Amino acid sequence: MLKPEDRIFTNLYGAEPWTLEAARKRGDWDGTKDLILKGRDWIVDEMKKSGMRGRGGAGFPTGLKWSFMPKNDDGMPRYLVVNADEGEPGTCKDRDMMRNDPHKLVEGCLLAGVGLGATAGYIYIRGEFKNEADILDAAIAEAYEAGLLGKNACGAGYDFDLYLHRGAGAYICGEETALIESLEGKKGQPRLKPPFPAMAGLYGRPTTVNNVETIAAAPTILRRGATWFSSFGRENNAGTKVFCISGHVNTPCNVEEAMSIPLRELIEKHAGGVRGGWDNLLAVIPGGSSTPILPKSICDDVLMDFDALREAQSGLGTAAVIVMDKSTDVVKAIARLSYFYMHESCGQCTPCREGFGWVHRVMNRMVTGEARMEEIDMLHQVTKEIEGHTICAHGDGGSWPIQGLIRHFRPELERRIRERLGAAAA
Amino acid sequence: MSGLDIAGDDLQPKSFEFGPAELERVNVIIAKYPAAKKQSAVMPLLDLAQRQHGGWIPRAAIEYIADMLEMPSIRVWEVATFYTMYFLAPKGKHKVQVCTTTPCWLRGSDDVVAACKSHLGIGFGQVTTDGLFSLHEVECLGACVNAPMIQIDDDFYEDLDAASTARILDAFKAGERPKPGPQNGRHGSEPAKADPSGDDAQC
Repeated sequence: MLKPEDRIFTNLYGAEPWTLEAARKRGDWDGTKDLILKGRDWIVDEMKKSGMRGRGGAGFPTGLKWSFMPKNDDGMPRYLVVNADEGEPGTCKDRDMMRNDPHKLVEGCLLAGVGLGATAGYIYIRGEFKNEADILDAAIAEAYEAGLLGKNACGAGYDFDLYLHRGAGAYICGEETALIESLEGKKGQPRLKPPFPAMAGLYGRPTTVNNVETIAAAPTILRRGATWFSSFGRENNAGTKVFCISGHVNTPCNVEEAMSIPLRELIEKHAGGVRGGWDNLLAVIPGGSSTPILPKSICDDVLMDFDALREAQSGLGTAAVIVMDKSTDVVKAIARLSYFYMHESCGQCTPCREGFGWVHRVMNRMVTGEARMEEIDMLHQVTKEIEGHTICAHGDGGSWPIQGLIRHFRPELERRIRERLGAAAA
Repeated sequence: MSGLDIAGDDLQPKSFEFGPAELERVNVIIAKYPAAKKQSAVMPLLDLAQRQHGGWIPRAAIEYIADMLEMPSIRVWEVATFYTMYFLAPKGKHKVQVCTTTPCWLRGSDDVVAACKSHLGIGFGQVTTDGLFSLHEVECLGACVNAPMIQIDDDFYEDLDAASTARILDAFKAGERPKPGPQNGRHGSEPAKADPSGDDAQC
C-alpha cells in the first residue's frame, strides 16, 4: 500500500482548507522559483525520466508530449490548455483536486508552462462544476496576488498568465480539439488531425492539452525527482494514480495508490470490498465507461496499469473503477452507456451520429431479449464499423463497452433471446 | 445535445441588456482572451445572460451578445443550441437534474428519479405548476463515488436515497437551501467511516 508520505494529493478529501496559506503548509509553491530557473529543457527531461503517462485516459508519455512544442520562440503566444472537462462516467478525481487542492494545479500550470515555453494557460472546467470553478478562480487570484503568476512569476523572470474557462455541458469537449474549438467560442466539434495542437492549436498557435491530474502532479514530481515517481508501479507504468472506485462496493471512494496495484487489493483495501464479498463480484469496468468490462475471472488477478489492462483487452483509461455485483443487470448497465454515447455524439461524423443511435436501439432490445440471435454479431460488426472511422475517439469509446459485453457476456445475451422466444412460443 | 426547445414569441422579451453588475463581469471575462479573439467569451456571456434572465436565454440576449462580441448571431445560436446547460425556454426556478448514468444507476438512481417524480408531481422535461421546479435527466455529472446524486441549480447533492431526496426537495419548497454535498455524513469522497473495513489512511 502506498505510504501516506508518498501521496501527491494530500488534501484530496478536503480535510484542510484549499487556500494558498494551507497549500504552502502542505508543501506547494515551495522552491518553485528554483525549479523554473533550472530551465525548460530540465523540466521536460525530468518529466520524461519520471515515466509519467497522461492521466486523462490515453496514457501518452507526458514529457514526450511536452517536447513536441516548437523550440524556436517567435515572440507570439503559445498555450498550455488544461483539460478539466471531467465527464467520463465513473470519473470524479479532477473535481477533488480542483476543489480541495487547487494550488497543486495552479503551480503545475506555471511549471508546465515553463516546460512548454507557453505564454499563457487556460483551464477548461466542465460547466456543471460551478462551485469547483469558483474555488479554482479564487486560487488563481491568490496566486496572482502573491506574485506567483503573471509578469515575472515567482520572481523567476518568466511571464505566465493563467485563466479559467467554464464549459456548458458537453462530454465531447473532453476531446482535446473539441475543447479547443469550444474555448474559441464555437460548438465543441473535434478537428481533423493533423495538424496536431502542438503545431496549430488554440487560435492556431502551438498548444499542449493535458489532464488536470497530469499537471497537478508535476510540481511534486519535479520537487521530489523523477526517480522517486518512477519507483512506483511496473516499468512503463510509473507513478501514483488517483483511482475512483464506484458502484457495488461497501465504501465507494477516491484514493491515490501506486500504479500496478492489483484490482482486488485496490477494492478490498480502500473501498471496503465488493458488496457481499469478492465472490459476489460479477464484473468491473476498470477505467471509466469507455474501457471494456472485465468478468470476475479476470478481475481476480489483473493489475491496475496501462499495459496489464491492455493485455486484458481493456484499458486503464481514467482509472475509474465501476464495480458490479451479481445482482446487476449487466446488459442494462451497458445499454445505459450506449445511451450516453448516443447522447454525447457531436453529430459531425456519420458512423458515430447514426451508429450509436442504432446501437442504443438494439441494446434496448438485448436488455429485454427482443433482439434476434444474429443481431449479436451484427451489433459487434457495427461497432467495428464505427471504431476507427470517425474524426475523434468518441467512436472508439462508445464501441468498446459493447464489444466488451459481447466478448464476456454473450451467453447472457443469448439466454435472454432464447427465453423470450420460449415464452413467445408457449 | 440540448435539442430545440425555444420559447414562443409570447414569452420572448423585446430587448435584452446586461445590468451594471453583469457589465462589470463582461469586462473581466473579455479580458481573459486576446483582443482579436473576443468570440471566446461567448460561453461565459451566455451563462451570464441566463443567470440574469431567470434561468433561460431569450432570443434578444443572443442577438445582444452577438453584437457585443462582433460575431454573426448564427454562431451564437450554434453555441446556445449545442451545449446542454443553456436553456432557451423558461424552466423551473430550481432545476433539479438527476444523473442516471451507469455509476449512479448502480447505486440506486432509479429510486432518486422515482422520489423526484412523485414528490414534484412531474416527469422529465416538465415544470411544476407553481414554476418552482423543473426536472431534468442528465448524463454523468462527475461525482460517481458519491452516487447517486442530483444537481439543483449550482449545487451537488450526493449519496442520496429516496428519503434524503424528498427531504431536500421539501427544504427547497420551504424556501431553504439545504447544505450541498454528501447526505450520509461523509465530508467528501473519502470512504465512509462507518464501515470497519474502511481502514483508509488517506483522510
